[in-house]
Amino acid sequence: MEGEEKKNKYSIIIPTYNERLNIALVVYLVFKHLPDVDFEIIIVDDGSPDGTQDIVKQLQQVYGEDRILLRARPKKLGLGTAYIHGLKHASGNFVVIMDADLSHHPKYLPSFIKKQMETGASIVTGTRYVKGGGVHGWNLMRKLTSRGANVLAHTLLWPGVSDLTGSFRLYRKSVLEDVISSCVSKGYVFQMEMIVRASRKGYLIKEVPITFVDRVYGSSKLGGSEIVEYLKGLVYLLVTT
Amino acid sequence: MKHIVKIMAVVVAISAFWVGLLQTSIVSQDYTWLLPIYFIVSLGCYGLLMVGIGLMQFPTCPQEALLLQQVLYLRFYYNLLLYVIVLDEDILEAKDFLKQRDVDVGSD
Repeated sequence: MEGEEKKNKYSIIIPTYNERLNIALVVYLVFKHLPDVDFEIIIVDDGSPDGTQDIVKQLQQVYGEDRILLRARPKKLGLGTAYIHGLKHASGNFVVIMDADLSHHPKYLPSFIKKQMETGASIVTGTRYVKGGGVHGWNLMRKLTSRGANVLAHTLLWPGVSDLTGSFRLYRKSVLEDVISSCVSKGYVFQMEMIVRASRKGYLIKEVPITFVDRVYGSSKLGGSEIVEYLKGLVYLLVTT
Repeated sequence: MKHIVKIMAVVVAISAFWVGLLQTSIVSQDYTWLLPIYFIVSLGCYGLLMVGIGLMQFPTCPQEALLLQQVLYLRFYYNLLLYVIVLDEDILEAKDFLKQRDVDVGSD
């Protein structure tokens, strides 16, 4: 295990859009919580007008351009393609995907890595729905929708994972490459499609509890159109996986 | 096998069992005719029950949120409560470190 720890490298892909105020904090905290781990941070910025990229360049001066990679894209092109874009530049054998807005705290990263090493899992996914995890900033309506969506998905899809739409995950790089190429959905459904396809392909998936503090700098978004998209995604997964 | 096929298989198996019951008349026909309705109603009850249980046991993390908000949101409260509440040292430390190195982390 010790030996494996030495040669593993983790590429942390963080898609950003207008995260000027958060990205430096996230980067600092990643470095703080992974002191003895070989990793790189790949920031995929979709042309933020707020100067996110300037901050990232400052961070590169502090930490080195080999640890912080800025792989910008000209405009907002969607989350799924952001991961694919970041993945192209990843040199690690493991890839971590997380949000830049501090709703995912980097202090959970060691538990992802530990879980992967203990179990040899291909995917470790953060779950908000077990003991030790949790959510903050959701009103009753949001909780109700989330629960309804979850029960529906579990009844219909039998995915074997408690948190389908979470986006704080660790993947073996080859597994992410394999799964992501067959995913076409967007938004919430994209995360669900990734984990369901991985589960169908027989990859070992383990979970660790995480907390999720919703959108510190923004308002949460879950309207009627998202629900329709979710239901469409559910049907799509039913007939294609 | 596509997942919809598995679910259809389950539905077909249940239907076959029901038709079997109708044919053999082990239980009274009147009763058997009502079984699909009972089945759908109990499926609905199961769904509602699961949502209800899930809602009641919804894990929350107010402490986490407080820690973040103290630093990121409530600058006013932050100054006021600095001596009373334990702050998320992580984030304060991050800001100090980054400011020293001329990385812009906002005004608070």
